[in-house]
Amino acid sequence: MTWQRSRVRLDDDNRAFWTGGREGKLYIHKCGDCGGFTHPPRAICRHCQSENIGPHAVAGAGVIDTYTINHQKWAPDMEVPFVIARVRLDDAPDVFLTTNIVNCQVEAVDIDDRVQVVFEEQEGLWYPLFEKARGQ
Amino acid sequence: MKREAYISGIGMSEVGVRLTRAPLALTVDAIREAVADAGLTLAQIDGVSTYPGKMSMFLGFSPIGVDEVIETCGLKTRWHTGAAESTAQLGAIADAAAAVRSGLARHVICFRTVYEAAALARPDEYPPMNRRDGVTGNSQWVSPFGAFSAACWTAQFATRHMKRYGMTREQLAQVALNDHRNAALNPRAIVKEPLTLEKYMAARLISTPFCLYDCDRFTDASTVVIVSAGDAIDEVKATPIRIAASAGSVERYSWDQAEWASAYPTGRDLWRNTDYKPKDVDTVQFYDGFAFQPITWLEGLGFCAVGEGGQFLEGGTRIALDGELPMNTGGGQLGWGRLHGFGFAYESVVQLRGAGGARQIKGDPKVAVATSGGGPMAAALLLARD
Ligand SMILES: [Zn+2]
Repeated sequence: MTWQRSRVRLDDDNRAFWTGGREGKLYIHKCGDCGGFTHPPRAICRHCQSENIGPHAVAGAGVIDTYTINHQKWAPDMEVPFVIARVRLDDAPDVFLTTNIVNCQVEAVDIDDRVQVVFEEQEGLWYPLFEKARGQ
Repeated sequence: MKREAYISGIGMSEVGVRLTRAPLALTVDAIREAVADAGLTLAQIDGVSTYPGKMSMFLGFSPIGVDEVIETCGLKTRWHTGAAESTAQLGAIADAAAAVRSGLARHVICFRTVYEAAALARPDEYPPMNRRDGVTGNSQWVSPFGAFSAACWTAQFATRHMKRYGMTREQLAQVALNDHRNAALNPRAIVKEPLTLEKYMAARLISTPFCLYDCDRFTDASTVVIVSAGDAIDEVKATPIRIAASAGSVERYSWDQAEWASAYPTGRDLWRNTDYKPKDVDTVQFYDGFAFQPITWLEGLGFCAVGEGGQFLEGGTRIALDGELPMNTGGGQLGWGRLHGFGFAYESVVQLRGAGGARQIKGDPKVAVATSGGGPMAAALLLARD
């Protein structure tokens, strides 16, 4: 999919998430007090309300919780079909990422497939996409 | 003694696609009809409630706010709200019920005006929501991945239901088939003809498992219900329908972080707020912006076990007008039009009054459930004729 992805307005909460790919890192907000993850990222931990919270690099591995094969061109430059999936990260409990599953046929995707993050850069934003883990 | 709240009147504008009359005119049409239906006058209205309130960034979605209605109709109000962050669309009616129960108002106009089809045709006047540049809020977590529409978000819940519980496309199709069959009997509905399973299965896919017929389509309309206080009900001429209970909840306020739709906790809470039981319900009007949502309400409200919603729909007989649980008797949003939640309250009143004409369910229906919302938003009303 080579369409121009939606450009996100960066702020203090989301900057690490959308630019971490430059270092190959997927950042999810983690609490320094209780260890819980907060996504979408916010200035306060959603588990213990601590302000001691910030971006934490996770491994970027996970499983497909669920997905849909999108056939509708919501924008003229979208190339369809493509897979929209909800990925459950291995090392960030209760965090899901909506993403695309890339580098495989759309029919090859299924729930519980293991996936690994890959980044696609467009104009300074690094979009975390996922591909099926090797060996599958 | 518990103070009561009633729906005392219902009204609706013309329902169409790419209407040219102003959305304020549609709103006033629906208000006039509802006030007349209740046997009231505008001078007796002292409250206004809407969902979500005027949205200047997304005018087609909600072009009319409370202040324009108060100003245009010359109302003298004591209470009003625009319930953008309330518990989904029908939360605006539940809020009005709370207001009249507590004496803050006697007769409240509750309205929902949509102008999305007209807006699409007139983008200069009604700019579409920007999903491409400077995206913020929840949209930033979905739009960059092409998931512009709630169709893509809801479809993922449907996929999981199919994989985990074995729901089939033929079962899912029964929502659209039932809606089209009932809409064909409803003179105000956009859809005029029944739909066949063959035509459904041949339709183009939007976002699997949803095809074209599983998704509601932009509509221009205004829907109004009047909510009246129990101690003002003597002023009402129509058969009042009691708001016996309401519920609304949120799991996680994000379409993609919640484990399941908020229909589940909301359904559970509705029964905690009343002595009625699911077996007392004569008809259900379930939000169906996407065909999967009624399944979450069937399960969430306990009409079947979690995972059995698909089987409940099998063949469509149980939800048909002559079935054990007639559903979306006016055609739902897939058949009537995308009235965005308020159509389900309107149709509940029609059925409980016995005023459904060709689509009227048999017997002497006394209890209905109306719901709205999908994903993290959910509201439910339990309505009863005493
Ligand atoms: Zn914490």
